[in-house]
Amino acid sequence: MTAIRSVAVAVFRESVRDRVFYNLVVFAVLLVAASILIGQLTAGQDVKIIKDLGLAATSLFGLFIAVFVGITLVSKEVERRSVYPLFAKPMRRAEFVLGKYAGLLLTLFANMVVMTAAIYAVLFFLSRGVPANIQAAWDAPAMDPALLKAIALIYLNLAVVTAVALFFSTYSSPMLSAVFTLGVYVAGQFSADLKHFDVIVDAPAAIAVAKACYYVLPDFAKFDVKLAVVHGIPVSGAYLASTAAYAAMYIAALLFGAVMIFSRRDFK
Amino acid sequence: MADAAIRTRDLCKDYHVGFWRPRPYRALDRLSIEVAAGDVFGFLGPNGAGKTTTLKLLMQLVFPTSGDAEILGRPVGDVGVRRRIGYLPENPYFYDHLTAEELLDYYGRLFGMSAADRRTRIPATLDRLGIGGERRLALRKFSKGMLQRVGLAQAVLNDPDVLFLDEPMSGLDPLGRRDVRALILELRDQGRTIFFSSHILADAEALCSQVAIVAKGRLAAAGRLTDLQEFAIQGWEVVMSGVPADALERVRARASRVLTVAGDRYVIDLPPDGRPDELARELTGAGASLISVNPLRETLEDVFVRRVAAMGDGAREGSEPREGSEPAKRRASERAGEGGGAKPPGKR
Repeated sequence: MTAIRSVAVAVFRESVRDRVFYNLVVFAVLLVAASILIGQLTAGQDVKIIKDLGLAATSLFGLFIAVFVGITLVSKEVERRSVYPLFAKPMRRAEFVLGKYAGLLLTLFANMVVMTAAIYAVLFFLSRGVPANIQAAWDAPAMDPALLKAIALIYLNLAVVTAVALFFSTYSSPMLSAVFTLGVYVAGQFSADLKHFDVIVDAPAAIAVAKACYYVLPDFAKFDVKLAVVHGIPVSGAYLASTAAYAAMYIAALLFGAVMIFSRRDFK
Repeated sequence: MADAAIRTRDLCKDYHVGFWRPRPYRALDRLSIEVAAGDVFGFLGPNGAGKTTTLKLLMQLVFPTSGDAEILGRPVGDVGVRRRIGYLPENPYFYDHLTAEELLDYYGRLFGMSAADRRTRIPATLDRLGIGGERRLALRKFSKGMLQRVGLAQAVLNDPDVLFLDEPMSGLDPLGRRDVRALILELRDQGRTIFFSSHILADAEALCSQVAIVAKGRLAAAGRLTDLQEFAIQGWEVVMSGVPADALERVRARASRVLTVAGDRYVIDLPPDGRPDELARELTGAGASLISVNPLRETLEDVFVRRVAAMGDGAREGSEPREGSEPAKRRASERAGEGGGAKPPGKR
């Protein structure tokens, strides 16, 4: 555990030094500018739009970090040969891979904490002074705690994306890893459609391939409850738990694969 | 050898080259070596000979195709044994965004050192390597020589029993090389085992008790330095000044060569049985002054060139006589003799 923690802290420190958190400035500016603009253009819909925009931006900015930091986590160390002195230390390669993963999750977590605080701050300022009778007509209160459910699922989604990126980065170049990870991400958005492919296609082979893809690819649509939360539709604790369990299993499978590949790899 | 610190048995490594039709390329071929505890072991060979591959196999950065290796009696894959070793890779790269102190702190944590240990050991190690003043400077601002020192610092941070150094003098200025030599000798005196690869033969000559020469992935020679260097004296070099002309004429018949150096100074080469003491006595009796007497031996470089050439690979590093090698000395001597100029480079 000491090795995993040390590697994770090193990843977090590198993210800070590499100015990964600069994205938060862009995020804050975007959110504040949008709230000012939307406040002037819309009547009564501004809180809902800010929630939509805030959650979408959280997801998008997180995705950029998960993919573009995730694909270099391992490959950069191999390319620059900083793994050479590292693996002469009493540490297993599995600990290195898990530490890298934990470090990026920590980075994403810090990022999301700040973004969440920014969303709530903007919502607080927008709802301030709005009469109670108008607020009562909203689908959900401005400072709705249910937003945290959506954010938690975004975080789990990013945790799966990070595991995908890490998996590819254990054996391919950053460029290929980025292509593969984004490909999996896009395909994973339409995973549910693959399940029902037989409705639109009558070719047994194509249906079998689509079904296989459905079971192999992560179903990222499961993690998207943004619309429900913004419109005040309840998201049950059971749904959160089952989605978290799905994410955990998927992540475990990816990390197992990453560790297996990386542990057998020659550093020429 | 029961107390071998490092042992390899028939270690082989094949790489596959080519994309469409990969074919095996044997980088290391049945390497068997043993390094006794407390030895300074020089692992020598031209570029591409298999030195770095061997070190990577010992560090488990690559896995053997066949054969096995042990460090301190444990298989190289044993994570526990890495607490007792240090490793400096060739041309090391460290994290740009860290300072030297932070880097060593990171590695110290991986070694499981306590915070108190790290607080005392890290500054002491950096000071020992002469980079204590730059401990809070980002590594991206370090020169190549300073990075090499950082590499050595991380290699000795855990006070290792066995130290693996891949081209440790690379990128260092003369002062740095002297410091590293001193460090290696200090570690040797503390009973550490040091395994270092190099193609800088002067360093190996100055430091190693044992050497192995590899070429084309195969062991070309191994043993104690004195055996390999064929330390049997091949002749004598006597340097005298103020030698009277008639005495010089008498000497010419016994000498294998007489060179004039800087006016009245002469270099007289004698065969192995040439009795330099008698010659010196005779000439000083005639009014000359003795400057020096040196035995002539084959240098490690000459052994290296010859052994590598015998492996059928002489062209890579061995074909061009380097400064200080026997052929180079001979040529320098000839130039000196022709021009009556400077003394040829000193032989030992």
